[in-house]
Amino acid sequence: MKMKGAKALIECLKKEGVEVIFGIPGGAVLPIFDYLYDDKDIRFILSRHEQGAGHMADGYARATGKVGVCIATSGPGATNLTTAIATAFMDSVPIVAITGQVMTTLVGNDAFQEADTTGITRPITKYNVLITKPEELIYEVKKAFYLAKAGRPGPVLIDIPVDIQRSEVDFKYPDKIDVRGYKPKYEGHPKQIQKAAEAISRSKRPIIYYGGGVIISGAYKELRELVRITEIPVTSTLMGLGAIEYDNPYYLGMLGMHGTVYSNRAIQNSDLIIAIGARFDDRVTGRLDKFAPHAKVIHIDIDPSSISKNVPVDIPIVGDCKNVLREINKLLKKKEYISLIPKKDRKEWWRRINEWKKEFPLKYKNDNKLRPQYIVERISELTKGEAIITTEVGQNQMWAAQFYKYKYPRQFLTSGGLGTMGYGLPSAIGAKVGRPEKVVIDIAGDGSIQMNIQELATATCNKIKVIVAVLNNSFLGMVRQWQELFFGKKYSAVWLQQRKKEYGECKKPEVDKRCGIVPDLVKIAESYGWEGIRVTRKDEVDSAIKKALSSKNSVLIDFWIEEEENVFPMVPAGRALDEMLCDLG
Amino acid sequence: MTQRHTISVLVENRPGVLAKIAGLFSARGFNIDSLAVGETEVSDVSRMTIVVRGDDRVLEQVEKQLNKLPDVIKVSDFVGKEYVERDLVLIRVDANKSTRSEIIEIVDIFRAKIVDVARDSLIIEMTGDEEKIQALIKLLKVYGIREMVRTGIVAMARGKKD
Repeated sequence: MKMKGAKALIECLKKEGVEVIFGIPGGAVLPIFDYLYDDKDIRFILSRHEQGAGHMADGYARATGKVGVCIATSGPGATNLTTAIATAFMDSVPIVAITGQVMTTLVGNDAFQEADTTGITRPITKYNVLITKPEELIYEVKKAFYLAKAGRPGPVLIDIPVDIQRSEVDFKYPDKIDVRGYKPKYEGHPKQIQKAAEAISRSKRPIIYYGGGVIISGAYKELRELVRITEIPVTSTLMGLGAIEYDNPYYLGMLGMHGTVYSNRAIQNSDLIIAIGARFDDRVTGRLDKFAPHAKVIHIDIDPSSISKNVPVDIPIVGDCKNVLREINKLLKKKEYISLIPKKDRKEWWRRINEWKKEFPLKYKNDNKLRPQYIVERISELTKGEAIITTEVGQNQMWAAQFYKYKYPRQFLTSGGLGTMGYGLPSAIGAKVGRPEKVVIDIAGDGSIQMNIQELATATCNKIKVIVAVLNNSFLGMVRQWQELFFGKKYSAVWLQQRKKEYGECKKPEVDKRCGIVPDLVKIAESYGWEGIRVTRKDEVDSAIKKALSSKNSVLIDFWIEEEENVFPMVPAGRALDEMLCDLG
Repeated sequence: MTQRHTISVLVENRPGVLAKIAGLFSARGFNIDSLAVGETEVSDVSRMTIVVRGDDRVLEQVEKQLNKLPDVIKVSDFVGKEYVERDLVLIRVDANKSTRSEIIEIVDIFRAKIVDVARDSLIIEMTGDEEKIQALIKLLKVYGIREMVRTGIVAMARGKKD
């Protein structure tokens, strides 16, 4: 069937099951928007900044497991998308970004709103392409969706010149696609699986260390089964939270820089690390040459380039976590493997871990001050651990990781790899669009929230109810924490309030400390059509959260927390995992 | 261990592929010694031959990353393998009446070719492996090399001998 390129694009998206697109129009995508206007199947959500649209597509993808789609015009539209694309790239999130480009005859001419989009996004996309001929369009869209999802997922960008959107194409959507340069291995090698099962059975002090790959592959059931049948302690990366439920008796919580003391000690003292869908990131390993000195390593990952990248691996298994774990579990249930288990050593191993657990529990000073950890705990309690939590980046992110009780995969959405401030609000909007039945809460900081605060409007105008809980300490808190701990408390460029003398005298005694606060987040929320609630005391926390949960509108709660609260425990950068700082309070 | 690697990469013949591959090397601080790209027996597939010096472990990582790219069909590293490599060089060398015959003698010994003659210079063409080319350059330097251009190494694995 003959149709215009722009129309064909939309038909392709429908064939891929796309139900929503996030984005902003502009000169180089006008033909696409002309057809979107008439389309009844695809919902379009207008963001207020392209970065927001990108994170919305990302949040949608993470919450649902589907491909998220965003669209922007050429030049600044495309460059505004780049932070969101890089965020998705680092966390292996499948999104397809569609950008308009100037006419093919003008490409390279410094035309109005021209940027070399494929050039700029080359290192931050899994694949990208500038369409140069109308007949390439349909195949490339099919390829984009295939590549975004296949193997280790990631963002794909299609750059479409505006004249190609206007030119006639023959619409015939291919059912299948074969990319000869991309053939991910989904099944693990049986020999390696056998070796792994044997090593697991024989190990005396094993630990399972898993990451986001478990969630991406949908392997959480297989992982829980592995833990149940082996009774091996299990620790999660930031990206893996929720795949193992918080109250699993074998779960040690998160590891790494702000992980629990006992999970880090367990890693350091283990004789076998079973790494599943994780990539030994520097925030996880601490100082590399002192990482788990006695441990052999089994590494299961679909991406061969993740294996032996940072930590040498003894038993590599390239494959999809779900398939590999299913096969390993089968073996581990057999008598011949069970008989290999050194039961005494395992018992002793758990005894040591339980001792560390008792000695260094994850805790905070629960006095009558308004502390962020308490707020996250209350959010967890009042949402019964059922909400989808997104975060910004920094202290708020770590408290959200430490103190919310996650039960499911795809429940905790955070920018782990790139660490993008401004991720939480737009990704919460995207998540709510994908999972409207869920309560979605962005746990934010007062620094981060302002990096994409314009998206408050997107929530209002599209009737998307989300909650933002700002842990407001008037600081760029994590940077301040580092300055406090490692730079002699020189708070350089982290204070977000006005200087008091410039602001003049303050009237209200109870808010005296915060008299120079900029902006007033409650007023901002209200002006965007949200409800705003300010909480300055501990006894107001519950009622504010309850009000936010029951309200029809989106609600921002501005919690004025203790300004100099720190995230503990902490492995200082460049130290080994067992050199943790703990809260002295 | 740091050593010289000759890496052969089969890629889709389309815009942006060269930039992406070059980017993988530059992002890790590798300088590419030579790079040759050309068509293969399949018209939409190109072969890149990349010569690079670097730490074996880091290069293994780069090769894994190359393999990951949808536009890369195959990667092979010739280190430790039986292979043939050739480079083509054009050298413009000073040559006057008194030195011309000496240079021609060298050219003959090397089975090189003279492809241009001017009053005071010659252009010499030679193909060979790195060692042979370096030897020729060393000998010609005495007469004064004015200009030199090389295609970069191309390589192919040797066939099975049995």
